[in-house]
Amino acid sequence: MTGQAGRTGKAARGEAALVPFGEALTRYEPVIGLETHVELGTVTKMFCGCPARFGGEPNTLVCPVCLGLPGSLPVANRAAIEYTIRIGLALNCSIADLCRFARKNYFYPDMPKNFQISQYDEPLCTNGWLDIWVTDPGAGGGGRQVRVGIERVHLEEDTGKSLHVGGATGRIHGADYSLVDYNRAGIPLVEIVTKPVEGTGALAPLVAHTYVSELRDLLRALAVSDVRMEEGSLRCDVNTSLAPRGSGVWGTRTETKNVNSLRSVERAVRYEIERQAAVLDAGGQVTLETRHFHEDTGVTTAGRNKEEAQDYRYFPEPDLVPVAPSREWVEQIRAALPELPAARRARLTAEWGLSDSEFTMIHNAGAVELVAQTVAAGAAPADARKWWLGELARRANETGRGLAELPITPGEVARVSALVASGALNDKLARQVIEGVLAREGTPDEVVAARGLAVVSDEGALLAAVDEAIAANPEVAQKVRDGRVAAAGALVGAVMKATRGQADAARARELILTRLGQS
Amino acid sequence: MAGELTRMSAAGLAAAVAAGEVSALEVTEAHLARIAEVDGAVHAFLHVAADGARRAARAVDERRAAGEPLGPLAGVPLALKDLFTTTDMPTTCGSAILNGWRPPYDATITRRLREAGVVILGKTNMDEFAMGSSTENSAFGPSHNPWDLARVPGGSSGGSSAAVAAFEAPLGIGTDTGGSIRQPAAVCGVIGVKPTYGGSSRYGVVAFASSLDTPGPLARTVLDAALLHETMSGHDPCDSTSVDAPVPPVVAAARQADVSGLTIGVVPELGGEGYQRGVLTRFGEAVELLESLGAKVVEVSCPHFSYALPAYYLIAPSECSSNLARFDAMRYGLRVGDDGTRSAEEVMSLTREQGFGAEVKRRIMLGTYALSSGYYDAYYGKAQQVRTLIIRDFEAAFEQVDVLVSPSTPTTAFPLGERVDDPLAMYVADLCTIPSDLAGNAALSVPCGLAPEDGLPVGLQIMAPALADDRLYRVGAAVEAALDSRRGHPLLDDAKGLT
Repeated sequence: MTGQAGRTGKAARGEAALVPFGEALTRYEPVIGLETHVELGTVTKMFCGCPARFGGEPNTLVCPVCLGLPGSLPVANRAAIEYTIRIGLALNCSIADLCRFARKNYFYPDMPKNFQISQYDEPLCTNGWLDIWVTDPGAGGGGRQVRVGIERVHLEEDTGKSLHVGGATGRIHGADYSLVDYNRAGIPLVEIVTKPVEGTGALAPLVAHTYVSELRDLLRALAVSDVRMEEGSLRCDVNTSLAPRGSGVWGTRTETKNVNSLRSVERAVRYEIERQAAVLDAGGQVTLETRHFHEDTGVTTAGRNKEEAQDYRYFPEPDLVPVAPSREWVEQIRAALPELPAARRARLTAEWGLSDSEFTMIHNAGAVELVAQTVAAGAAPADARKWWLGELARRANETGRGLAELPITPGEVARVSALVASGALNDKLARQVIEGVLAREGTPDEVVAARGLAVVSDEGALLAAVDEAIAANPEVAQKVRDGRVAAAGALVGAVMKATRGQADAARARELILTRLGQS
Repeated sequence: MAGELTRMSAAGLAAAVAAGEVSALEVTEAHLARIAEVDGAVHAFLHVAADGARRAARAVDERRAAGEPLGPLAGVPLALKDLFTTTDMPTTCGSAILNGWRPPYDATITRRLREAGVVILGKTNMDEFAMGSSTENSAFGPSHNPWDLARVPGGSSGGSSAAVAAFEAPLGIGTDTGGSIRQPAAVCGVIGVKPTYGGSSRYGVVAFASSLDTPGPLARTVLDAALLHETMSGHDPCDSTSVDAPVPPVVAAARQADVSGLTIGVVPELGGEGYQRGVLTRFGEAVELLESLGAKVVEVSCPHFSYALPAYYLIAPSECSSNLARFDAMRYGLRVGDDGTRSAEEVMSLTREQGFGAEVKRRIMLGTYALSSGYYDAYYGKAQQVRTLIIRDFEAAFEQVDVLVSPSTPTTAFPLGERVDDPLAMYVADLCTIPSDLAGNAALSVPCGLAPEDGLPVGLQIMAPALADDRLYRVGAAVEAALDSRRGHPLLDDAKGLT
C-alpha cells in the first residue's frame, strides 16, 4: 500500500557514502556555480496581459496566450525587459544592444506550447559580478570579500505548475494522476547564472549561501521581485564539482535542484562535496547529472542523467522581434537605480564608524534598515546599534519574532537613546521604558511619565540616600576612607536600590566619594 | 436574382446592399443556396455557418435601416480558411487532431471582418495545418477544382480558392506560407494576394511557419481583393511581427489600373525547363500585354531563387516542428489512449501518431532533425543564409524595376491523386511563389488566360517590395482590364463539371 517495500536500504534511499567535510577539503578543492531563477514582480505576465500574481484559484489567471492556444502570439512585456536590465546593471553586466528570444523545445504537460520562450546565445545581460562579504565563523567572526562572476542574466517565461497526485514520490513517475495549474505559466522569469567560483575552499557552502542571500537583498533593493524562496519566486540550482587539490583540473559537475532555502543551498553544496569526495576516493567518476535535494534528510539523489539529456533544439523565436534597448533607455534605467546594498554597506560602515565585522553583525541580524532609521531619527550610531543588537534582539529572541516585528519604532528607540544621553534616564531605566513601549503602554515619554521613571536629580534626596547607605554599611565606608575607592561600588548599588534605580549612578558615586573624603 | 447575386463582385454587392437594392440577408441566402447546390461536388467548405451568416447579414440590414454608415464590404459573404480562430465555429486546420475544437477567441482578422459587416459563410478546407499544395492533405477529404472536378484546387488554401471560383462566395481568405494563396488562386482562375509579411495580423491564425505565414485575400476581381486587403490589414498590437505602418493604398491602386511608366522585370530563373508549355505561352503573352500597356519590360536575374525551395523546406519544417508541439492532447483537441493505464507521455505519442497526417509528420521530422544539435548550422543555419541571399536578390532587382513577374505556378491544376505519393513533385508546385515568402515581400496572382492544351487557368505572378503592395494591384488591375476587354469573361464562366 505504501509502495515503500524494498526501498529500505541505504542505496535505495539514494544515500551515498560520504567523506567528512573537513577531510574532503584536504584532498579536493570545490568549484561551485549557481543558477538562480527569479520571478519578476511585474503587473502582467511576460507575453500577455494576465496578472502575474502568486496564488489565485488554479487556472483563473490565464488567457489564450499563456495557455499557448493555437493561433495565439506572444508580445514581450517592456517592464520585464526593463527589470532585467535593472538587474544586469546592478550586477555590473554589459547590456546587449540587440538580442533575441529563442525557443527551448521539450515536451512537458505544464508547458502550454511544449516550448519555452527563453534566451539562448543572445542573453540580455552578460559578464558582470557581485561582490559578497562572507563571514568566516572559523576566523573569529572575521570575513572576506568574494567576487562572484556573473556569466549572464536572461529573461524567459515560467512554466505552469504540476501537482502529481498519488504514488510514493510526488513526482510524475508513479503518480495516479497529475493536475496542472497554468496561473504561473508566462510569469516573467529571470535566470542569473554565475561563472564558476573556485578557490573558496571550506567556505564554498557558505559562499553559495551568502551569494544567494546577497543576491536576494540586491533584487529586493531593486524592487523587481518579492524574492520569496518558499513561494518559489526565487529558485536556485547549485552546481558543484571537485578538483583534486593542486591539480587545477575541474571535475565533473552535478546540478542540484529543489534547493528551496538559503540553508538548503549551503547544505546541498556541503553534501555534494562530501558525496563526490567519496566517489572520487573510491576511484569512481562523478556522473554529469541533475540531482534532487531533499529538505528533510539533507541528501541529494540522482535525477535526470545529463549525458542522455534531451536536445532542446533552440532556435530564434520567430513570433517575436529582437529586443534592442537603446543606449538612452539603458542610461535612464542606470540613473534611476536605487542605492545598492554594497554601496549602502560601504557608506553606512563609514558613516557609522564601524568595522566590516561590526556592520556584518548588524546585517546578519537583519537590522541595517532599523539602525539606519534610528540614526536618522537622531540617535548616535553606536547607541542605535547597541539597542537593536542588545536589548531589542534579546526581546525579539524571547518572543520568537523578527526585530522589525517588535512593536517599537526606530523613532522611539532614538527617543530612549536621547533620554539616556541627556541624563534623564540611565541604562536600567531605559530598559524599563523599552519594556513599557513593547507592552504597548505608550511612547517612551508616556511610559516615563506613567511609570514615574526619572533619574533622581534632587541633590537633597540623593544626599540623604547616600548618607543612609554609608550609615548602613560602615565597613565598606571605612574601606573607601582608607583609599580603596573601588569599594564605593557597593555603596552606589545601595543608593540605587534605595532609589529604585532612579538615581544618576555617576552623581551618586561622586557624592559618596566626597562624603568619604576621596575627591 | 439569386443566381445573379452569386455572379456579382464584392464591390457590386456591397454597393447594392448600401443602396438598398438588395438586402444583405438576400445576398447571404443566395450564396448559401449556391453552397447547397455545388459544394457536395466542390467540397470547399468544412463547416457552413448558415445561422451565423444570416445573423451577421441581418445585423448589416439593421444598421443600414438605422441609417448607420456601412463599410465598403458590409453585407458581402466570405469563405474563411479553417486556420483562423472563430468563437462561433470549429477550427480544425484540416487536421483530425483539432477535430471539433471550438476556440475561445476570435482571430484579429475574424474580428475585423465581423466589425466590417462581412458575412462569414463558413470555414474552408485546406491541407492539414496549411502543409500542401492540393488540399489532399486535409483530414476531411480534398476539395475539387471547379474548372475540372477531377483536378486539385491547389493548396493549402484550396477550399477558399475553390469557393470563390465556384461562386459560393465572392471573397475568400487564405494564408500564404510558401504560396498557399497564390498557387490555389492561379489554378482556380481567381486573384490571390500574399501581402507584405506583417501587413496582415497572424493573431489567431494557427501557426505553420511563423516567419512566413501571411494571411491574404482571394477574390474574382482585383478591386475586390484590394477592398478585402484593406479591410483585413493594419497594425495589430497582439502580433509582434505586425507592421506598424499605414496599409498601402491598394484600393486606389486597383482603381488606377495603369502600368505606364513602370519598369517590370522578368525573372529568367522562374520559367523555362520543367514549366508547362501553355503556362509559358500565356505568361509570355501577359508580358507582351504589359509592354503594350506602356510598361518597360526588362529581364532581371535572381540567381539564388534556385535555392529557395530547399531553403524553404528546412525553415518551414523547423518552425512547424516547434509550432505543432503544442498539440499533445493535454488541453484541447484529440486525445488517444487515455484509458488510465498509460502515462502522459504515451498518450501524447499515441495522439500525435493518430492525429497528424503523413505530410505533417514528415515535416515535423524534417524540422526536428534540422534543428538538432550538431545539424543546426548545416541545415537551419544554412537555410537562413540562403534566405538572406534571396532577400539581396530581390533588393538588387528592385533597384532596377518596380515589380517582378513570373508564372504563378509551373503547371495548371494537376489531377487529384497524381502527386500524393511524390512529395517532391508536390513541393515543386510552389517553386515560383516561395521566394517572396522567404523575403517577406508582397506578391499577387492574377489570371492571365487558359492554357491552350488543357483549357485550365494560368496565373501571372506579380512581385513587389515589402510595403509596396499597392504596385501589385496597379499592375494586376491593368492586366485584368486588358484581358477583360480582349477576351470577355473566360474565367468567370460556369465551371465545367458542375451541375
